[in-house]
Amino acid sequence: MRSSRSRPRSVLTGLAALALAVTAAMPTGVLAQDASPKTGGTLIVAADGTAFPPNLNPAIATSNGVTYISSKVIEYLANAGADGLVPRLATGWEGSEDGLSFTVHLRDGVTFSDGVPFTSADVKFSAEEAWKPLQNFGRIVLANLETVETPDPLTAVFKFSKPTPPSLVANALPILAAVLPAHIYQGTDFATALQDSPLNQQPVGTGPFVFSEVKPGELIRLTKNPNYWGDGQPYLDEVVFQALPDAAARAAALESGAVQATVFAGVPRIDLTRLDALDGISATTTGYELLSYQVALDFNHRRPELADVAVRKAIRQALDPQFIVDNIFLGQGASVATGPIPAAATDFYTDDVTRYTFDTAAAGAALDAAGYPLGADGTRFTLRLRVAPFFPETIATGDYVKQALEEVGIGVEIVPADSSAAYIESVFTDRDFDIAINSPSYRPDPAISTTILYVGGLEPGIPFSNQGGYDNAVLNQVIADGLTTIDTAARQELYNEFQRIVADELPSISLVDFVFTPAHSDRVQNIGNNPRWPVTSWADVWLADQ
Amino acid sequence: MLPPTLVFIVRRLIHAIPVVLIVAVGVFCILEAAPGDAVDSYLASIGGGDLALAEQLRRQWGLDDSVWVRFLAYMQSVVTLDLGRSVTVGVPVTEAILTRLPTTILLMGSAIAMSAVLGGLLGGVAAMHRGRRLDTFLTTSGLLLNAIPGFWLGLILIVVFVVWLGWFPSAGLSTVNGPSDPVGHALDVAWHLVLPVCTLGLTYMALYLRLMRGAMTETRDSPWVRAARARGLPSGRIIRRHIARPALLPVATMLGLQIGTMLGGSVVIETVFAIPGLGSLAYLAVSNRDLPLIAGVVLAGSVVVIVANIVVDLSYGRLDPRVTDERLRSGVG
Repeated sequence: MRSSRSRPRSVLTGLAALALAVTAAMPTGVLAQDASPKTGGTLIVAADGTAFPPNLNPAIATSNGVTYISSKVIEYLANAGADGLVPRLATGWEGSEDGLSFTVHLRDGVTFSDGVPFTSADVKFSAEEAWKPLQNFGRIVLANLETVETPDPLTAVFKFSKPTPPSLVANALPILAAVLPAHIYQGTDFATALQDSPLNQQPVGTGPFVFSEVKPGELIRLTKNPNYWGDGQPYLDEVVFQALPDAAARAAALESGAVQATVFAGVPRIDLTRLDALDGISATTTGYELLSYQVALDFNHRRPELADVAVRKAIRQALDPQFIVDNIFLGQGASVATGPIPAAATDFYTDDVTRYTFDTAAAGAALDAAGYPLGADGTRFTLRLRVAPFFPETIATGDYVKQALEEVGIGVEIVPADSSAAYIESVFTDRDFDIAINSPSYRPDPAISTTILYVGGLEPGIPFSNQGGYDNAVLNQVIADGLTTIDTAARQELYNEFQRIVADELPSISLVDFVFTPAHSDRVQNIGNNPRWPVTSWADVWLADQ
Repeated sequence: MLPPTLVFIVRRLIHAIPVVLIVAVGVFCILEAAPGDAVDSYLASIGGGDLALAEQLRRQWGLDDSVWVRFLAYMQSVVTLDLGRSVTVGVPVTEAILTRLPTTILLMGSAIAMSAVLGGLLGGVAAMHRGRRLDTFLTTSGLLLNAIPGFWLGLILIVVFVVWLGWFPSAGLSTVNGPSDPVGHALDVAWHLVLPVCTLGLTYMALYLRLMRGAMTETRDSPWVRAARARGLPSGRIIRRHIARPALLPVATMLGLQIGTMLGGSVVIETVFAIPGLGSLAYLAVSNRDLPLIAGVVLAGSVVVIVANIVVDLSYGRLDPRVTDERLRSGVG
């Protein structure tokens, strides 16, 4: 007999426990585990968020919220694999020694969904008319692209006016190089009409599926592309993304079998252990290894207190990222970050940087020494904290940071944001914050979307960039060199230096690296078989019998 | 001469115009005060962008004009009912509204009917058992349901009836790849609406229960009921004609008032049950700072509320013979 009375904390947990008991008692069918793929069927995926992005063209729009849908329709030149890049529409690529040209060899026998063959002319069109002028990553990586030459239908040669590291171009292929059919897009207004253009609302490509129905805020239906180049693929007849805005309702839909998969932050974190324990449902981070996000604390260096590196270090010491990992992420798919590059990015990551320990007493002493003693009200100074409303975890981290900093006498006033738009304007345009919880996403090369969070001298109005006013000439030079250094080893060393400077200077604090832990039905086969699974084509995904 | 009912309707519609305009101005002011605009939201959805792109979009979408220019353009679009395209859903605002309005009317109509009929009946039962155990039970349960937040009740219903019992679908308005024949589809939609309608209906039921109970308690002791009893009329007839019918007036009034409130409640319920209606569209529009779409939702919502209230006012005449056409015309009804 137990000595203490056990009592459910709330009716909901009680009901959840009861649900678990009831479901566990019910017999479930044994899953077919035959190795040969079964053809046919509809995979229904619970789409989070209240709306689908109206512009679903991955050659222009690069967020994961766009590409997890459109990657089934438009393919990239290469995908990310567990051990480096994997060919897709390209079969190989190499850069010249001088970094002025980058040659891509294309796959033979590939056609677009309308049957027209895919050639180097499509790569040229996509690069020159979409990636470089219209895409946020293309504008950085292909900044010095002059032209794309097409010596033959299966060879495309990128010509640069200034040295561009081949490793950067190659690393960017899986997120940048979504190939559009030139014969369909050329001469249309897709570049100016953006989300109003039907070609961006339902883009066309070489992928295993084609758009067949888009009901805003309700569902997106993709159907099999009969002209797909992959042998016998795709296995599924349809992929349907059903909009289910409420996370708890998504979990229920998965449990009841109405949907077979959730993606990214698909189900409430608190439900993951329970769902994973159910027969026929698994929760895993597999397939998200290279879709890493971070929870970071950004400083506005225009506040005199925060311009002092000693204060920033004291704030770092006052925070315990392990607490966030254990209590906010519940230990799932998260780890303490050492800097802006996650440990999973093995080609660029270094752990040889200044580390900080959680030490409230030392933080208080450091703040005293920096000239910010406790005032009569027990507060040294007060900061306004803006919290990115992107994930429940960022919001909870905001609450934690407030409590932790108040522990060392720094007052924190949380300014809530009701939407992404509010956060983005306040932080990245108006710079109206003292500290901010941000959640940057790491892309396969630090030059793509990471260094822009640290480089100085940017104009206001650029979302997800350094708007905190930090401007360090040495760091700026390292970042600039990383964009032009050809030698891969030398580039890696530059980014090691970048991580060391950031760790010493703390222009912002990287708190936690995390990947999402979605849940799915075990009927879905070949799920998570590459490190960026949700944003790849799903040509080999199939549904086992119930 | 025009029939008085028509005059009444026209008069009510004319009265509604300033109300709609004031609401439209209010919406603009609130959205203007909120940080962030449609371009910020769009850039967040596509994964970022630079200054040149943001400027180009603000120019294209008319967001770089001064606040007065934008206000005038907005008011013009409201007055002419030409709301243009929504940047959030990528279709004309009118189309977005018209595809979703029927869903919301279906959801709200069913929920209101359920809460009024069930609440009225149970309120009647409670009134006839005033002070007894059944009365206490009914009024307490009604209040309890009223106090429970709608989203929570919705989730509990999902856990019980979807996950445990498997009786109803968890979300959406119809089964993906469900029946395509008209009858099959209608049944499928009805099956999907059971839980959201119950959630919305049960939360609002208490009001009608309390109202009906209160009103019937009053009419029960009225002189005309005593007179009817003295005349020896059968008790069933007394309850129906002399107690319940006069008590329906406040219930009808409440119906009209509740439609606006329920439109607000449906925002939450439509989110939990993923019902593509006006409520979820409103949420979408506000979080994406999509002014034309918000204006559209507000206009459509106003029209629904105004029409519903006219219908309620007209029903007074049928419920209470004292409310004559003359009274309707003078606006007393």
